[in-house]
Amino acid sequence: MRLSIIVVEKDQDRALRIVDGLREAGDHDIKVIAESAGLARHIAERKPDIVLIDAGDPSRDVLEELALASGPMDRPVAMFVDRSDGSMTRAAIEAGVSAYVVDGLQTERIKPILDAAIARFHMFQKMRMELAATKAALEDRKIIDRAKTILMKARGIDEEAAYALLRKTAMDQKRKVADIAQQLVMAAGLLT
Amino acid sequence: MTQSMRLAYVPLVDAAPLIVAHEIGFAAEEGLNLELQRAQSWAQVRDLLGAGAVDAAHMLVPMPVAQALGLGPDFPPFDVLMFLSQGGQAITISPRLAARMQQLGHAFSFDDPVAAGAALLTATGGTLRFGVPFPFSTHALMVRHWLAACGFGEGVSVHTVPPPMMSDALGAGEVDAFCVGEPWNSVAVEAGAGVLLLPGNTIWAAAPEKALVMCQDRAERDPGATGALMRALWRAARWLDLPENRGTAAELLAREPHLDLPPAMTEHALLGRFVAGPSGGMREAPQFVRFHKGAANFPWKSVAAIFADQIARQHGLVAASVIPKAMARFRTDLYRQHLRSAGADLPGASSKVEGAMRHATAVASEKGQMILPADAFFDGWQFDPDFAAR
Repeated sequence: MRLSIIVVEKDQDRALRIVDGLREAGDHDIKVIAESAGLARHIAERKPDIVLIDAGDPSRDVLEELALASGPMDRPVAMFVDRSDGSMTRAAIEAGVSAYVVDGLQTERIKPILDAAIARFHMFQKMRMELAATKAALEDRKIIDRAKTILMKARGIDEEAAYALLRKTAMDQKRKVADIAQQLVMAAGLLT
Repeated sequence: MTQSMRLAYVPLVDAAPLIVAHEIGFAAEEGLNLELQRAQSWAQVRDLLGAGAVDAAHMLVPMPVAQALGLGPDFPPFDVLMFLSQGGQAITISPRLAARMQQLGHAFSFDDPVAAGAALLTATGGTLRFGVPFPFSTHALMVRHWLAACGFGEGVSVHTVPPPMMSDALGAGEVDAFCVGEPWNSVAVEAGAGVLLLPGNTIWAAAPEKALVMCQDRAERDPGATGALMRALWRAARWLDLPENRGTAAELLAREPHLDLPPAMTEHALLGRFVAGPSGGMREAPQFVRFHKGAANFPWKSVAAIFADQIARQHGLVAASVIPKAMARFRTDLYRQHLRSAGADLPGASSKVEGAMRHATAVASEKGQMILPADAFFDGWQFDPDFAAR
């Protein structure tokens, strides 16, 4: 039997990647909800077997209420973390994905879907970290350029010599060139 | 030697003790390096703590109570080590509803929950959709109690709306009113989506709001680190309750990577001065949020009982049988053990009748006597944990 899966994700690109990942885990009926407004209503209407959502999405607390509110007439919803082995729960939490699963669905049916989701979310995390590293590298370069300019003016040396001086100081102190540059820029700020 | 501790928090004004302990150096004084992790939902905070991805968390006081009652995921037991704040919530209504109440002659005095409740009942005819930040929250208890006492009945529905979405939900007409912690009331007023109706402390004078929560095993396994963290936060809370520090605190909190908002948004709560609505009138809210004074950090077991009683009723559990389980999670023993040395005065009892003090009252303490502030509900309701647990 096909499972009905809802993915709550407002970033279209990310949503597509998650859906692609889930398709590899089997033939299921997958819907994406991008709007957080009226989330509870949408989910109640579609009665999914599984809801997948970024662990950091503020809308999660709405799902918490849905999971609690299920009365005797509703299909009860359990949080994934309720029902499976600890290592899987931890893997999901670390990857940053949360799953809400209808009660009574066997673990072996959920596992491939969760594995696929966890893999995608790991990929997002890696991309986010790479982006942060790129940004930091850009910042480093800016600060090194400023330090070089200060040295060139103060010591009357050219750019190459200024960089060599920064690098030598960094090596002597066993620190990063960017850290030395940062200190120099700060000190120069105090002196002027 | 410096020890690192990872703390999860939700970006709200009442996360101040964590941010101040880190930024002003109270943690460093105790040999701790705090790694603060900002979370976007209470469920995320709970999961991070439950999975051991953080060592401690800033959490809504009723959340560990719900866990003790068996609601929510199956994580190791959470213990409440201390309260981090009292109050800090406010009630905001849609401008449309505010206009109707004004036509009916409501004065919006900001200190009269009886008049506000009566006007709200007349203006809505008893049908009202109310947003709160989480199913297990001080807000949910306050709102339900206030509306019921003001004559509302079946027409009230209480919905979970994540704080950053409160303003939009009100603007879009998904809810008619909400109760949330600052800065989210101020954000809605600023956006023209809401009008302030009441500060939370007019409904419950000393409503416990956030707690420091750790997994029981983690709290007991390394008492050195647990005590250091509690003392650092206790001193940060004491610093925060000195009026001269509130302005600095507002600026610290507003900064990136903390709340990342204009400082005016954090100042309202910390200085107790609010812009009430689009027309701009200022409203005073004395003692709007308390972090330390009047034993505000002491994790009264009676608070566990009052929330357990309410949650039990909503989820069809027998209050008398679950109240003791919840009370056991509020670790007045660890509070006494770790904070005595920091100089905290400690109440003689670990439980009290909630809501019994209309005025500040002297009670027995280890040092002799201490003054507890008023903790009354606006309608005089009292909750006796011994009676409820029977």
